[in-house]
Amino acid sequence: MSAIVGQPVDRKDGRLKVTGAAPYAAEFFQAGLVYGVPVQSTITLGHINNIDSSEAKKIKGVIDILTYKNAMSLHQTAGGDPNSGKFSEKDLLPLQSERIYYNGQHIAVVIAETFEIAEHAAALLRIDYNEEKPVIDIAQSEAKTYRPQQGLGGGSPQLKRGEADDGLDRAGVKFEQTYTTPVYHHNPMEPHSTCAYWDGDSLTVYDATQGVFGVQNLLANGMGIPKEKVRVISPFIGGGFGSKGFTWANTFLAPMAAKLVNRPVKIVLSRSFQMFTCAGRRSSTIQKISLGADSGGKISSGKHETTSETSFVDEFVEQAGIATRILYDLANLDIIQNLVRLHRGTPCPTRAPGEAPGTYAFEVAMDELAEKLNIDPLQLRLINYAEKNPFDGKEFSGKNLKWCYQQGAASIGWKDRSSKPGAVKEGKYLIGYGMATATYPANRSKASVKLKLYADGHAVAACCTQDIGTGTYTIMAQIMADILGLPMDKVEMKLGDSLFPQGPNSGGSQTMATTAPAVRAAALQAKSRTIQLAIADKRSPFYQQQEADIIAADGKLYVQHDQARQETYSQILSRNKMEWIDADATTDVTLKDGQKGPENDQAKKPAENPFAKQDEKMDREKYAFHSFGAHFVKVRVDSLTGMVKVEKISSAMDVGKILNEKTAKSQIMGGAIFGIGMALMEGSVYDPQTGRIVTKDLADYHVPVHADIPAFDVQFTDMPDYNISLVGSRGAGEIGITGITAAIANAVYNATGKRVRDLPMTPDKLLA
Amino acid sequence: MYPFTLVKVNDTAAAIKSASGNEHAKFIGGGTNLVDLMKMNIEKPEKLIDLNRLALKKIEKLSNGNILVGALVTNTDLAYHPLIRSHYPLLSEAILAGASPQLRNVATTGGNLLQRTRCYYFYDTATPCNKREPGSGCSAISGYSRIHAILGTSEQCIATHPSDMCVAMTALEAIIHVEGKDGKRIIAFSDFHSLPGEHPHIENTLAPADLIIAAEIPALGFAANSTYVKVRDRSSFDFALASAAVALDVQAGSVKHARIALGGVGTKPWRALAAEQALIDKPATMSHFELAADEELKNAKTTLYNSFKKELAKRTLISALQKTGGMV
Ligand SMILES: Cc1cc2nc3c(=O)[nH]c(=O)nc-3n(C[C@H](O)[C@H](O)[C@H](O)COP(=O)(O)OP(=O)(O)OC[C@H]3O[C@@H](n4cnc5c(N)ncnc54)[C@H](O)[C@@H]3O)c2cc1C
Ligand code: SF4
Repeated sequence: MSAIVGQPVDRKDGRLKVTGAAPYAAEFFQAGLVYGVPVQSTITLGHINNIDSSEAKKIKGVIDILTYKNAMSLHQTAGGDPNSGKFSEKDLLPLQSERIYYNGQHIAVVIAETFEIAEHAAALLRIDYNEEKPVIDIAQSEAKTYRPQQGLGGGSPQLKRGEADDGLDRAGVKFEQTYTTPVYHHNPMEPHSTCAYWDGDSLTVYDATQGVFGVQNLLANGMGIPKEKVRVISPFIGGGFGSKGFTWANTFLAPMAAKLVNRPVKIVLSRSFQMFTCAGRRSSTIQKISLGADSGGKISSGKHETTSETSFVDEFVEQAGIATRILYDLANLDIIQNLVRLHRGTPCPTRAPGEAPGTYAFEVAMDELAEKLNIDPLQLRLINYAEKNPFDGKEFSGKNLKWCYQQGAASIGWKDRSSKPGAVKEGKYLIGYGMATATYPANRSKASVKLKLYADGHAVAACCTQDIGTGTYTIMAQIMADILGLPMDKVEMKLGDSLFPQGPNSGGSQTMATTAPAVRAAALQAKSRTIQLAIADKRSPFYQQQEADIIAADGKLYVQHDQARQETYSQILSRNKMEWIDADATTDVTLKDGQKGPENDQAKKPAENPFAKQDEKMDREKYAFHSFGAHFVKVRVDSLTGMVKVEKISSAMDVGKILNEKTAKSQIMGGAIFGIGMALMEGSVYDPQTGRIVTKDLADYHVPVHADIPAFDVQFTDMPDYNISLVGSRGAGEIGITGITAAIANAVYNATGKRVRDLPMTPDKLLA
Repeated sequence: MYPFTLVKVNDTAAAIKSASGNEHAKFIGGGTNLVDLMKMNIEKPEKLIDLNRLALKKIEKLSNGNILVGALVTNTDLAYHPLIRSHYPLLSEAILAGASPQLRNVATTGGNLLQRTRCYYFYDTATPCNKREPGSGCSAISGYSRIHAILGTSEQCIATHPSDMCVAMTALEAIIHVEGKDGKRIIAFSDFHSLPGEHPHIENTLAPADLIIAAEIPALGFAANSTYVKVRDRSSFDFALASAAVALDVQAGSVKHARIALGGVGTKPWRALAAEQALIDKPATMSHFELAADEELKNAKTTLYNSFKKELAKRTLISALQKTGGMV
């Protein structure tokens, strides 16, 4: 049987995207569409005294101006569980009052016949404010630190394992350092955008979102209308990286404006300012790491204390200590998480929330400790290798990290690395190598899929999850193709419409791991139903054959040991005068306590879903589900000017079975490129006097350009993890960004002997 | 963006006439700077005069050996012109170190000379800025000033001139040809851009309705041994934290002539005369390069956030001197 799964199949939507034919949220046109341009506060704390719109309203083509004075009242709709939606700022539903909590908060929407008119008129609004003194910096005296009790997944971000203080006191070799990371902005290529129109009391919204169902839920709750009256559509998303995982004000402003003017309204956030103020960010962190080891390198105790920021209108915790719980076999560990409220918008998940900055600090600390101990950094990691999950003592569902270390080390040439920093020079360049461990949890949740296998021999499946640019359309089609034995052009996956059965929010690297089992179950079901028809039918060559002996491949079905007996789906369906065969599958995971989820369809109706049951394997009682990997990096640093060039990144990843080598590699490379940004150039700056964003566009906020991107060697174990599902795949979307920043920082140190503990490592910080 | 009308003109006289007497008129070349500024409501011209039909797109060698570059020659065409590549590598390299291929393909020589600062606050109409709104104050001096200038600053403004091309041109002592209401004239490069002083909104010595028609690059034999070094936060598509254009005439190990200019650190393209002086008739050695760099930057005035620039500018200059001095 030809396996399409695993192949580096080109994206089904590739051509649509590069020709501009793939419609994004801002590209749906409705008759009578008008344009909304949001206006933001230019003060950081206070309230609006008056909005003078007289000049703006004089402009021909301006229809109306939405402010807190004429906006519809919204109902509290914070949500919580990302799969049912989370509004990013629970105490700041848009345009409900004159209060200002941060610079860049939406205060009005100018609605006009054209974008240009709306934009011009927006510049003419005169806002009179009453200003108060804001808290704008973690270090400011008014900034109050507290310890949050709930992190992103609902669990406590605080952890006490053993007696870390004692252990640190007694350790032969002690290490302590503080690392800081700045605010990062996601900057997906597609800005946040929403088009909305009302038909009576029914609302249709095209939204750039990582969670169509969440948006439907939040809009219904917030606007006080039944869910059935809200349809959310999001077929293509130009990246989100977490910024579109929570729902932001624009998703509400468009339908609110549409209601006000009784026309379809489109809102697109501007790249400058708006994408840097009201679409989320990664919090800055201050991380203090303490480690205590014996002279042989065994670490007995550790402490990872993080301070991060949140807003005054919601709580988000950048849990930098989260990966430290599971990375190494540390008997005594304190994870401490502090939070400070600032007058800034609320942070939100950013690719590997917690893990990305956390693995930077911890994996640099490991490098520093290795040097102190005079042990090779890779060796130190092996000495402290965790065979079982140190967090809960469970077995890992599948951990092949040692292979990753070996392959990565071989690929970069680790054995030739000089352990002495600043020792290798090529002309005016200093050469250095660094490595770090990568890790990310393997998440999976519930998904439902409907599939139709048509008499003309093609199949369409639908699930309301999203392809945020990662390749979901393609991978799901590959699964269908293999099971149904159809070529790629005869299978289609439909995504991103709330009319489809519910799938997962595209966050936590779970889209593929969650949706693939359901697609698999639905495809198996359709195939089985077709075969059942045939083996019960005297007219079929399969009459009275065993179902298990019938294979689907190359566009037809045949009996395995008697290949002359064959027929096509078309023949079977036509003979039975059926236009199609339906399949309908829901797959879910067992919950923490081993119980099935309350809405678990299979538990209730096993007969209808004979295949789904087999997928119920992700046993959280028995296993810990995490992916691991390693990044190895070679850098070249200009000894005079401090400019760093990453020359090569070798990444070896263990993320279970690889469904599409191309899309999987792209994820790892994309994550690692984010890491180059974090390590060398990215970071948002706020004005020290006013708290207003300074780095307000992509000219001032530097993301890596092509010239910053090195040669890549990405390898996968490709070892199926059948504990997570029968598909055997764990997600790959976020692990690539973990560890990489540390690997680069460690390489820069190895090259220069300079340890920069405050990101990004721009040239100025590397001058002696 | 504010509404405007677009006028297309066929010759320089029509362009000047169209601009005359209208303080809200602006010329547009490639539009890569002006249109951005219009989108941010910083420039609000009521009338845009499109220069792209003017016959100012030639690069020619004059009888005296100088090279005349038409104002509408694109940055790409200038950078890749064989005469520029062979005779003035510093100019070619400087242009190619700037912006991106797409931008350079449309950006013009005239527009590049007049591109405005990248000061964060200049771009943010919600903040005070003396350059944008004279008398309103300078947000950078009290704010975040990492990218700002350390040479030629004033109490009113510390914004850098962002151009790479201009750094090379000031080292080459280019001559700007201008046509205005009263006919043609030339301006020496060092007189073209103004220091911020008390009036940072005045950025050059052009009169209203003055049209740049060309930049003349004087013949300079030793400029064939020249380079442009640019240090920035990423490998490409970024403005200079510090840059150096250097042309060096080294004979028997000793510097006979030097042309040096710095970018990313000055409020105008910074001709480094002190460094040049310090090098003439000195051995082309590291220690003399260091002395020259020290000499140029000894009066640099830094802020809380850009104090690194003094050292970085020195090293950038030394790096360029090493390259032209045959050391790397
Ligand atoms: C993202 C980005 C990155 C960049 N990076 C760099 C960089 O790294 N280094 C660098 O040096 N530059 C950089 N630039 C700036 C770029 O070089 C300038 O925008 C460009 O050179 C301007 O040329 P233009 O023809 O487009 O000018 P325009 O935008 O058309 O005009 C600029 C100004 O010049 C005036 N003008 C134009 N032509 C004439 C004329 N003939 N006579 C009189 N007045 C005239 C216009 O009225 C306007 O005020 C960057 C620009 C962008 C957008
Ligand atoms: S440095 Fe100059 S351009 Fe920048 S804010 Fe101050 S006055 Fe304006």
